[in-house]
Amino acid sequence: MAIIETKNLTYTYPGGTTPSISDISLTIKKGEFITLTGPSGCGKTTLCRCFNGLIPHFYSGKLEGDLVVKDLRVIDHSISNLARHVGLVFQNPENQLFALSVEKDVAFGLENVGMPREEIRKRVDWALQMTGIENLRERAPHELSGGQQQRVAIASVLAMQPDVMVLDEPTSFLDPLGAEKIFDVINELNKKLDITVILVEHRLDLASKYTDHVIVMDKGKVLFDGGPREIFASEEVRMTGVGIPKAVMLYQALKDEGIHLKEVPITSKEATQLIREIIIHDRS
Amino acid sequence: MIEVKDVHFTYPTGVKALREICLAVQDGEFVAIMGQNGAGKTTLVKHFNGLLKPTEGEVFIDGVNTRNLSIANLSRKVGFVFQNADYQLFCETVEEEIAFALRNFGFDEKTIKKRVTWALNLLDLMQYRKTSPFMLSGGERKRVALASILAWDPEVIILDEPTIGQDYHQKERLRQFIVQLNTQGKTVIMVTHDIEFVADCSPRVILMSQGKIVAEGVAEEILTNVNLLAQASILPPQITQIFLNLKDLGLPSKVINVHEGKKILLNFLGAPA
Ligand SMILES: Nc1ncnc2c1ncn2[C@@H]1O[C@H](COP(=O)(O)OP(=O)(O)OP(=O)(O)O)[C@@H](O)[C@H]1O
Ligand SMILES: Nc1ncnc2c1ncn2[C@@H]1O[C@H](COP(=O)(O)OP(=O)(O)O)[C@@H](O)[C@H]1O
Ligand SMILES: [Mg+2]
Ligand SMILES: [Mg+2]
Repeated sequence: MAIIETKNLTYTYPGGTTPSISDISLTIKKGEFITLTGPSGCGKTTLCRCFNGLIPHFYSGKLEGDLVVKDLRVIDHSISNLARHVGLVFQNPENQLFALSVEKDVAFGLENVGMPREEIRKRVDWALQMTGIENLRERAPHELSGGQQQRVAIASVLAMQPDVMVLDEPTSFLDPLGAEKIFDVINELNKKLDITVILVEHRLDLASKYTDHVIVMDKGKVLFDGGPREIFASEEVRMTGVGIPKAVMLYQALKDEGIHLKEVPITSKEATQLIREIIIHDRS
Repeated sequence: MIEVKDVHFTYPTGVKALREICLAVQDGEFVAIMGQNGAGKTTLVKHFNGLLKPTEGEVFIDGVNTRNLSIANLSRKVGFVFQNADYQLFCETVEEEIAFALRNFGFDEKTIKKRVTWALNLLDLMQYRKTSPFMLSGGERKRVALASILAWDPEVIILDEPTIGQDYHQKERLRQFIVQLNTQGKTVIMVTHDIEFVADCSPRVILMSQGKIVAEGVAEEILTNVNLLAQASILPPQITQIFLNLKDLGLPSKVINVHEGKKILLNFLGAPA
């Protein structure tokens, strides 16, 4: 079942001369884990802003084509109405935080949908724990470090448990272990609660192990839509400068020297196994 | 040269962000500061351009105590690109943004024009020269912030999370540029969580945790020490993980980049058993 469907979606910011996304036709199924990637400025954030209605309800400009999220035509529904279904973690966490305390920020969306007090408390506690910031609950968001702020932004979307979670480069400020933990949490929500995840990420080595399919954008268009392993086979994709994992680069470097691993490894575990096989074969 | 002598820093809210920091960065060094969220990295580098003054201890820039220097005085020497680039952008166009500081420092119009063009090209921003910085993508805004600092050619460049929002090509350009700055004798200090970028750059690495420096050394040593990294909430680079996993076969484990990894494997496979 499609949870997001776009048809020839094209958008130009107010005062802009060329569209920032053009002719995007995509179907995203309920429960999928999608990674959206592509060079800086290719339109990833712009597309995310369409999914939760910031475009066209906050950013005016010119929107053409069709976009349906959870059976709602985005142009016909307000941002607050869409917020029950789609949660967006902003690329810049600071733009998302406004309350006087971390706790209040995380509770805000829940209060807005009229959730009972007791349930709000439970959700907030859970979200703070999942993002590792329970000890910061009383702190003011603008007096936190960059990574701590990003955790708050993620917690406030986690707490909502929306049908679709859109995360715009959510780990850019996170320390690597923290990033991995948060990916694990998101993955679990995706598997257990069937929450659809759209993750914008440059570091495909971090994301690809969770991903069903990868969408690569370039210059406002969808360039490629397929499995995480397939995208690395495409010369066209490589040319755009997407963040190819080092394991894939090692595969390629060995291939250029005439050493062929059986398949393209994405994780270090896979690469280890494939290299091990070759070494053992070589010795026997 | 930057010298940090037994520095402690406590925010007005009472949060102790730095404890007993001792550090020296020589001219022309390239240093990466890494560590868990809230470890104090941003707080530490804000001491290098006088944005913050120590609660206890001293920071010296070229032998002068930062307590005796104003930020205006220091900024010509020490350029700072914020973790959140939005803080430092305020002009109507990208071009004016880059020209602003140059004008403030009293460069003549001809030089300003030349520098602006140079910086726009360097950071792949020429097409946006007349655009408002607030109409750019996150990655592009970060590059505008960088361009405006590099344009006035400071001796020390501090980059807080420079690779945020950047794709592989942009990161590679940035890396090459940093190398070039280094060979010109400039000091580059970056704060980053991007372990793969650090592995590509191979700088001196400083690890921080809970307000303290917990380790420092060359990248090959630090990035391959799993226990140290774990203390600072960091995972080793992918190539290092692969080689650590293969240690039982007699492969070396202090490997951080693809090129070296390939060389070792070729040697290993080519050698008679
Ligand atoms: N303006 C502020 N007021 C009060 N406390 C602050 C302020 N900025 C940061 N802190 C606190 O100081 C500590 C160190 O913060 P700092 O920003 O230096 O961390 P960091 O190492 O840069 O982290 P990150 O990787 O998340 O950017 C944290 O506990 C943080 O919550
Ligand atoms: N608020 C805005 N107003 C006008 N143009 C914008 C705005 N935000 C982004 N753009 C432009 O739209 C294009 C796509 O930006 P964005 O979607 O943020 O890219 P990405 O997230 O892929 O880096 C860029 O050329 C950018 O300059
Ligand atoms: Mg973006
Ligand atoms: Mg910081």
